[in-house]
Amino acid sequence: MRENIFRGKLTRLTAEDPGLLAQAFAKWDRDAGFKWLLDDAPPMLWSVDKIKEWMEKELENDESRSFFFGVRTLEEEQLIGFVDLWVNWVNDDAWVGIGLGERKYWGNGFGTDAMQLALSYAFTELNLHRVTLGVFDYNLRAQRSYAKAGFKLEGRLRGELHRQGQRWDVLIMGILRKEWLEKNYFECAGEPA
Amino acid sequence: MDIDKPLFEGKWICLAPIDREKDAEIEARWTHEAAYLRMLNNIEPARPLSPAQLKKKYEAIEKDMEEKKNHYYFTIRLREGDRLIGFARLYHIRWAHGYAQVQIGIGESGERRKGYGCEALSLILQYAFEELNLYRLAAWIPEYNQPALQLFQALGFAEEVRRREAVNRETRRWDLIHLALLKEEWTPK
Repeated sequence: MRENIFRGKLTRLTAEDPGLLAQAFAKWDRDAGFKWLLDDAPPMLWSVDKIKEWMEKELENDESRSFFFGVRTLEEEQLIGFVDLWVNWVNDDAWVGIGLGERKYWGNGFGTDAMQLALSYAFTELNLHRVTLGVFDYNLRAQRSYAKAGFKLEGRLRGELHRQGQRWDVLIMGILRKEWLEKNYFECAGEPA
Repeated sequence: MDIDKPLFEGKWICLAPIDREKDAEIEARWTHEAAYLRMLNNIEPARPLSPAQLKKKYEAIEKDMEEKKNHYYFTIRLREGDRLIGFARLYHIRWAHGYAQVQIGIGESGERRKGYGCEALSLILQYAFEELNLYRLAAWIPEYNQPALQLFQALGFAEEVRRREAVNRETRRWDLIHLALLKEEWTPK
């Protein structure tokens, strides 16, 4: 068996208390730039209590479909973001979402490290066939990170976003189990799959 | 403004509301045809539904339409006899960005390949672009559903994404194709 799949080179995946997560999200939500990179919802501000209600629901009700992790740095143990796999079991496919709310950790490999952990989890624990994500065409940093983690561009949704008076594309990227195995398993385990 | 311009009526078919009692009986019959369900849905396993289950589904759809305002669901009926043959819907509407997903199904197997799907899709496109003023419509169709791919492409939809091997059906993998139509590409019928 391999080493701890929840632990990477820079980060680890954690279970977090909903109250603590809610406080972190309430803080990150006030950074509109973070929200514009994260998803297509108009940035909105909610109380810690409201976010905590959602978190509790997310963490309790959707256990079989949603795999949500906090992302902490190995060094300072700081909660810097989250990663979430949303699984479709019929097709063994999952959408993955990742966000680092703490800007000072952007551009230093923390997100890529956490994404690699999420992919390890997806392919060696959930035994999925593929993982999918959407990324905005103005988010070049994330595109580079996902490419590094092994995702391939599968197409673009033309003008799906309307922001700051302009239309922007959403890029769809995917990684297949066999691609992930080729990229990772040989190096890590040193034996053929 | 032309108040006599048809919105819900095509030449042969029309868009109509749900009739919870009568439609449930008919759709229950359709859901016992696995091929129909597999063409429609690649996310959930195909399963037959009873009229009682369908009535609940209709209630949930109308509740959703009323509360969330991001779902527009119509039945498709032959104008002659007002007979139910399918459904058409716009869903996952994101008002801030002006996009939605679109889906249609002709459940009545004897009424397929007669152009009714094309007429229904044309009507719902007109509804989406001219009534809801949406900008972009998307459809996710597995590569094995060739009739749907041909229909959507005939009405101007373009392939944007091919999610490789995203669908598992009949023990093999199929690509899931994302098609989309932008308002500026749409030709009103």
